[in-house]
Amino acid sequence: MSALPVNSPVSITPAGQSRTWVRVAPLSDIPKLGARVVNSAHGDIAVFRNAEDEVFALRDQCPHKGGPLSQGIVFGKTVACPLHNWQIGLADGEAVAPDKGCTGRFATRIEDGIVYLQL
Amino acid sequence: MKKMKLVMIGNGMAGVRTLEEMLKISPDLYDITVFGAEPHANYNRILLSPVLAGEMTIKDIMLNDVDWYEQNNIRLHLNKKVARIDRPGRKVIAEDGTTEEYDRLLIATGSNPFILPIPGKDLDGVLTYRDIGDTNAMIEAAGTYRHAVVIGGGLLGLEAANGLKLRGMDVTVIHIMPWLMERQLDETASRMLQKSLEAKGLRFLLQKQTAEIVGTPASDGVKSRVKSVRFADGSEIPADLVCMAVGIRPNDDLAKAAGIHCNRGIVVNDTMQTFDPRIYAVGECASHRGIAYGLVAPLFDMAKVCANHLAQMGIGRYQGSVTSTKLKVTGVDLFSAGDFSGGNDTEEIVLHDSVGGVYKRLLIKDDRIVGGVLYGDTVDGSWYFQMLREKQNVAEIRDHLMFGQSHLGNSGHQGQSSAASMPDDMEVCGCNGVCKGTIVKAIKEQGLFSLDDVRKHTKASSSCGSCTGLVEQILASTVGGAYTPQANLNKPMCGCTDHTHEETRKVIREHHLLAIPDVMHFMEWRTPNGCASCRPALNYYLLSTWPHEAKDDPQSRFINERAHANIQKDGTFSVIPRMFGGVTNASELRRIADVVDKYQIPTVKVTGGQRIDLLGVKKADLPGVWADLAMPSGHAYAKALRTVKTCVGSEWCRFGVQDSTQMGIDMEKTFWKMYAPHKVKMAVSGCPRNCAESGIKDVGVIGVDSGWEIYVAGNGGIKTEVAQFLCKVKTADEVIEYTSAFIQLYREQARYLDRTVHWVARVGLDYVKQRVLEDTEGRKALHARLQFALQGEKDPWVERTRGMEKHEFEALTV
Repeated sequence: MSALPVNSPVSITPAGQSRTWVRVAPLSDIPKLGARVVNSAHGDIAVFRNAEDEVFALRDQCPHKGGPLSQGIVFGKTVACPLHNWQIGLADGEAVAPDKGCTGRFATRIEDGIVYLQL
Repeated sequence: MKKMKLVMIGNGMAGVRTLEEMLKISPDLYDITVFGAEPHANYNRILLSPVLAGEMTIKDIMLNDVDWYEQNNIRLHLNKKVARIDRPGRKVIAEDGTTEEYDRLLIATGSNPFILPIPGKDLDGVLTYRDIGDTNAMIEAAGTYRHAVVIGGGLLGLEAANGLKLRGMDVTVIHIMPWLMERQLDETASRMLQKSLEAKGLRFLLQKQTAEIVGTPASDGVKSRVKSVRFADGSEIPADLVCMAVGIRPNDDLAKAAGIHCNRGIVVNDTMQTFDPRIYAVGECASHRGIAYGLVAPLFDMAKVCANHLAQMGIGRYQGSVTSTKLKVTGVDLFSAGDFSGGNDTEEIVLHDSVGGVYKRLLIKDDRIVGGVLYGDTVDGSWYFQMLREKQNVAEIRDHLMFGQSHLGNSGHQGQSSAASMPDDMEVCGCNGVCKGTIVKAIKEQGLFSLDDVRKHTKASSSCGSCTGLVEQILASTVGGAYTPQANLNKPMCGCTDHTHEETRKVIREHHLLAIPDVMHFMEWRTPNGCASCRPALNYYLLSTWPHEAKDDPQSRFINERAHANIQKDGTFSVIPRMFGGVTNASELRRIADVVDKYQIPTVKVTGGQRIDLLGVKKADLPGVWADLAMPSGHAYAKALRTVKTCVGSEWCRFGVQDSTQMGIDMEKTFWKMYAPHKVKMAVSGCPRNCAESGIKDVGVIGVDSGWEIYVAGNGGIKTEVAQFLCKVKTADEVIEYTSAFIQLYREQARYLDRTVHWVARVGLDYVKQRVLEDTEGRKALHARLQFALQGEKDPWVERTRGMEKHEFEALTV
């Protein structure tokens, strides 16, 4: 697993390529207050589900030392990285202050109980 | 809904801290207006002494700048002194006519310096020492004049004198009492202090009563200026600057004039409310249970409580503070707390090295520290202070008490003994690579006061915690008296609640709560679903209190306990199968070898716990690895029983007197699958040579010719702690019964993430002995409860090879 340089601006979609919505899984396949890892052409993506059944997607790498965020504990709209307990906002991918750093995020939507991801 | 109006009079540390605490809980409840008599935003008043001494600047000591008020939508009236409070009209009127209405009023006017009622007190050049204005006036005078006289040999007076001396003045301190700082120091410590201040060039006149301040004759347009100070005995010394530092008085004038009950301060109840229910008071102006505090530390506790009530949360009581004192004079280490006067019913422990300049005196009453004075070596000040506040029984550590906490192993890996004398580039936190200079800089620049704040901003002591003592010392020596050691007893579980671990456990037990959301609802958690710190704790408390009833919540477990393997830095996992008592055989080893080949496991390592670790296993491979191993889970990833380490024992060893291997296997078979507040390690040695290292385990058993000795609460990790002797028993069955009882008591009572050593340190070994040794029925009941809890507990690996929690191990693809 290659570590992402800290704070590097993450370009999710190569320039000139249009984004598309892809089907991920039924919402029920993602545990409440949990996450699933999605293997994609853009690398691993962590798809989270919070208590209110909102779904968020972040690049599965903590901006600190590249820890897999999908393995963290989810609470509110935050995930705690399993390696060193950095807290990352699910909605914006930003580390909670005073830590600094950001991981890439992806748009999500739920339609008829199915989770979609914009790549 | 229209917002309520909150007006605050006084723009100092106590008041602003209250606002900060309140904004954290209820940011949108009030329209807030603040009146400050000074032209500055909120600054750290206790750091005025370093400013006077030229070690810091005004800029360094600002806590909240004007932008902060703006960002929080607080209307700030600087330089406006409030003239009166109109209670019937619920208005505050400033001297310039500015009027603000209030629904709630917070008075935080602090205190005024006491001015001696002597002739000449109003002359030019006579100052007090209270705010930035006074400090600047002194700095200015120091540039022009020569002779400074400080009246008052207390904390503030000495800091002023030290600052003026460093600014180049000739300073004499006048004190009416026979020794300096008599309210904080005994005579011995005070003489040592005086000697070292004299070595810095200060002069002292003790037992001198100031009779008059003499001025130059006034001429046209030029106000009379101080010329000398005359004493009651007729003597006189020259003075161009006189600083009065003889004490402070709560500033309750406004409240008094408004008819609010005052008695040497504005009288408040335990919620910081005055006799007018709309009006609260915090800080030095408040009188709580007859005490108006003149130090900063209690303010933070008051602020927290007051904020909670202003935010209409209605929980929390301020129940008074025990205060400590630290002198902020560079190069002088001095600490005092509690009652040090002594008496017939107190015992004292004294260490006095007059040549080395170290003096320590602790006063003990009924096995508890009631007071202490430290001079020259104050490293352990906050440790003693914490024990004092928590009324901790010190009988067991009494004989090393004087030698400090580092003697007990709690102040950094290199055993640094003095935070103040450490160079800035010395590493404090070995886990996160944080140097002293970084910590000091963060404390000063970010205005940090608590250990938690320092941890958040610098990461120092936030990982293994072994340098906590040292970080606390650095904090104490940087912010001085404003540092309150974390109250360990009443510490809330986390930011989500004000309840302690103990309260939470009690509620779970008494109200038969079975699920995390029920606990959060019942105990009014502030967050909708807790945080990464409280949820695992709650999950454990529920499962340990109500075995077979409460349902496990995997999403509230750390990944290791959810995946039943240990996450590594690259996101792969390690797998450690269980080998009871460290005993294995050819077929297990062959299966391990086959698994390593089949799953291309990169590293195989023998662990310190007598088993084999397979490192670098992909998460998706875990169920397959477990199935092929066909060995029990080693729980090396869990807050649970890890290993029972054994020596060979009497079966092979020529020295062995007991069959330690079999004993270890029996214990491991009894306790495996047992979750606990933290990991649990055990060991059994077959003779007193103790090859299994039973002396540093949570439970260590040592075979002797006539039976088994049981030791508990040892630890070989962060801080090496030698296990304490619990008892000696005759049979293997007794070993199981006694250790079960001990472990079950720990499971029922310790806080989550307490190792046995932390828990025993808190409750005392005597308590453990009483429950496990003396109370026979109780011991059997504890043993039975543990057996009940473990009944039918499944091996998590076996369950998962059969498809349980399948989603945990399978990735999705797009």
